[in-house]
Amino acid sequence: MKKYQVKIAPDECKGCQRCVIACTRNVLAMGKELNIMGFPAATVQSSDCIGCGICFYTCPEPGAITIYREVADDAQK
Amino acid sequence: MKYEVVHGRSKGFFDSFNRRPGAIKTNMHYCPGCGHGILHKLIAEAIEDLQIKERTVFISPVGCSVFGYYYFDCFGISVPHGRAPAVGTGLIRSDENNIVISYQGDGDLGAIGLNEFLQTANRGENMAVFFVNNAIYGMTGGQMAPTTLPGQKTITSPLGRSVQSEGYPLKVAEMVAALDAPVYVERVALSSGRNIMKARAALRKALQNTIDKKGFSFVEFLTGCPVNLKKSASEINTFIDEQMSKYFVPGVYKDIAENRDPIRRPQPVFAPETVKQVLYGSYTQSAAVRDFSKLQPFFNKERRIKIAGSGGQGVLSLGYILANMGNLRNFNVSYLPMYGPEMRGGTANCSVVISKQEISSPMVDSNCNLLIVLNQQSFDKFLPELKTNGFVIYDSSNVTPHDLLPTQGAYHVNASELARDLGDLRYANLAILGAVSLLMDDYFLEEPDKSDFEAVVAEAIRSCFSGKEKLITPNINAFYLGKHKAQPN
Amino acid sequence: MMLKNKRLLSGNEAVIYGALLAGADAYYGYPITPASEIAHTAAVKFPELGRVFLQAESEIGAINMVMGAAAAGRRAMTASSGLGISLKQEAVSYLAGSELPCVIVDIMRGGPGLGNIAPEQADYNQVVKGGGHGSYRCIVLAPGSAQEMCDMTGKAFELAEKYAMPVYILTDAVIGQMIESVTLPEPLPNRELPDNALAIGKNRNNFFTSIYLEPDELEAHNIKLQKKYAVIQEREELSEDYLLEDAEFIYIAYGICGRLAKNAAEQLRKKGIKAGVLRPKTLFPFPKKRIAGLVGQAQKFISVELSCGQMIDDIKLAINCANPVELINRMGGNMLSVAEIVERTEKLL
Repeated sequence: MKKYQVKIAPDECKGCQRCVIACTRNVLAMGKELNIMGFPAATVQSSDCIGCGICFYTCPEPGAITIYREVADDAQK
Repeated sequence: MKYEVVHGRSKGFFDSFNRRPGAIKTNMHYCPGCGHGILHKLIAEAIEDLQIKERTVFISPVGCSVFGYYYFDCFGISVPHGRAPAVGTGLIRSDENNIVISYQGDGDLGAIGLNEFLQTANRGENMAVFFVNNAIYGMTGGQMAPTTLPGQKTITSPLGRSVQSEGYPLKVAEMVAALDAPVYVERVALSSGRNIMKARAALRKALQNTIDKKGFSFVEFLTGCPVNLKKSASEINTFIDEQMSKYFVPGVYKDIAENRDPIRRPQPVFAPETVKQVLYGSYTQSAAVRDFSKLQPFFNKERRIKIAGSGGQGVLSLGYILANMGNLRNFNVSYLPMYGPEMRGGTANCSVVISKQEISSPMVDSNCNLLIVLNQQSFDKFLPELKTNGFVIYDSSNVTPHDLLPTQGAYHVNASELARDLGDLRYANLAILGAVSLLMDDYFLEEPDKSDFEAVVAEAIRSCFSGKEKLITPNINAFYLGKHKAQPN
Repeated sequence: MMLKNKRLLSGNEAVIYGALLAGADAYYGYPITPASEIAHTAAVKFPELGRVFLQAESEIGAINMVMGAAAAGRRAMTASSGLGISLKQEAVSYLAGSELPCVIVDIMRGGPGLGNIAPEQADYNQVVKGGGHGSYRCIVLAPGSAQEMCDMTGKAFELAEKYAMPVYILTDAVIGQMIESVTLPEPLPNRELPDNALAIGKNRNNFFTSIYLEPDELEAHNIKLQKKYAVIQEREELSEDYLLEDAEFIYIAYGICGRLAKNAAEQLRKKGIKAGVLRPKTLFPFPKKRIAGLVGQAQKFISVELSCGQMIDDIKLAINCANPVELINRMGGNMLSVAEIVERTEKLL
């Protein structure tokens, strides 16, 4: 099974919590620190991401959430 | 291990929002949790994936999304409140390959711009309208929207929307679906992940219809405005799915794009020769513009003619024929149909000025050289405007002349009786033109211009009745009959 | 068959001939007396050349369609009469603010309110002074014949593009409805779309807006617009002189009044009164320089208008009140006759 990773750009997040609510795997949680805009950003709290993209689509910010997929080395050849 | 991006910042957005004032150039101006942000991402992703950035115009409305042009890497325009579909019409009619996205909120589309929106939908313009329904006015600070729910409290409905006072929320999707022209109407909700993915599919379908030139596609997005609705992220989704969706039921209301042919528009023609053929008009040698062969001193003075009679006697067409005649023999002419209260009283009159010089006043009043009258009322009313050396020509079937000065000339013909005998009262004007021709022969013309005058009458009639060829010969006959019967007083 | 470039046309018809010969791409309009013949002619002639004609749902719809076409780099126009122009003003302000070119024709009828359909010149203030919200002007051309209706419509497109702004053709119902012989100009060749157009093949980051949220930015935008208007005032004023060389009593009159005033001046000269006419052909820019140049020779200026006296303010400003400025006018759709102008002038001497 492919591995997925979700990353949050802390200074892009406005802390609305939509991603935290939407994630079915409880991968995301609200952080405590305030970002450059003064919002507490969401954070990644587990590695259970399945790459469904729901957090990405429910997030109103263009670049706050990015989801990566592992690429097998031989696929590169 | 290597990783690739599966979901990330869309190339449909600018990499940096340089049009946005202030230091922050990577995210949008919307409040936390705003539905606009979710929808903007879906649009940006779609215009990138569908490869239409080079031909998409995103129309920014008035409302929170007024700054749409900060974000999308495509053409943009911001327009007056509610008028986006009309502006979009101008854009799509300019080039059928444009992809026009009209992005509108509930105030913009449902209130101030409802007419522009419905009329554009009803014309079936090939564009996608994305309607953001969040049941409240966001940008102006939480006032009632046309889609505010019954009982919902807003700043301008502090006791809750009263259906007896403000009526019911406007069901736009249902309304648009009732029109014949739109090809696709769907309502979706930007709430749960599942619903957002449905919305994504609807948006793409609308854009695909536009790419395929199928016509008007409409998607209504139920969204949250957490700040003005004073709700948290989870409360907003509940509000959309449990309260808004009850009233504004999500679903496909119309989907007939498959049955529609693509809209094609004609291509403009600019080739100078074609433009001339359409606008210049053509003529035969006999209709060439030239001078009378003998330029009498008479022609050097401006000639001011008034024609008056009852509606239906052809007063205005006689004026137009005289103006045409002047034009055909290289005079400057002006022809002014008079309108005003007397038009509705069943009488009509017009002024014709014929001159070798530039014509100043086109109105013939106190300085009339030739008065042509087809009823008594007109004779009585306009005789005082006839110059002391002017001529009057009257229809002796209807007019009894009086008070003519000895220095004024007069001709008459029983034009209406002749016209009646010819089978149509509308020939009276040409019959009386016969009397004008006789006057010209008697006083002002020499051969060959006498016969040329008759040729000009015929040519003017042909030009005035082009498209109604059956009327040309009877009118020319009426002219000759009138000339035959006309007499000086 | 040969082609003839001389045709009998009403002023309203001539507008469309002039527009198409100048390469107009699109007409969007709504019917209104006494401007409807413009739409009637456009409805036939635009489609014959594959150009766009669309009857809009309203005056508001029409002018916003024009905005869309103008943004797409097209030569677009609309036409109406006073009350329709009132409805268009919102979008005209946006067009001016976004620096989009277009041509708007106003065939003036009686007002205020529904008024009547007879000729007036009472839209002067709303058209010449801006009309909508914000500090903006539109170039205003004032044709006085069917020939000028044709020629000035072509010129209007040229000026609109040169200065990136809306240009009005402003005249009265008489000039609109009167039929005269018109010599049609040669058609202009097709042109490239402007580089700032929202058009396929152009830079996709082109955009038009009139919103400047920061006061400093909006002030800078306003200053830029005002500088443009100053250049226009300096370079583009047009007028016609008639019997002006030694004139002491000078009519200032546009549209139909300009033509009546010429006959009135002739008649007064026969009575030994040195009368002349200055006929403005542009109302913004008002022919200030030409009129100011007449101060030395003039005893009196007389504004001849079919309104309460709206242009008269601009005459007083142009001459800085150096001479008396009188008004001869009618309202409500009543026409001035040459005889009435002469009689009322004699009372003013």
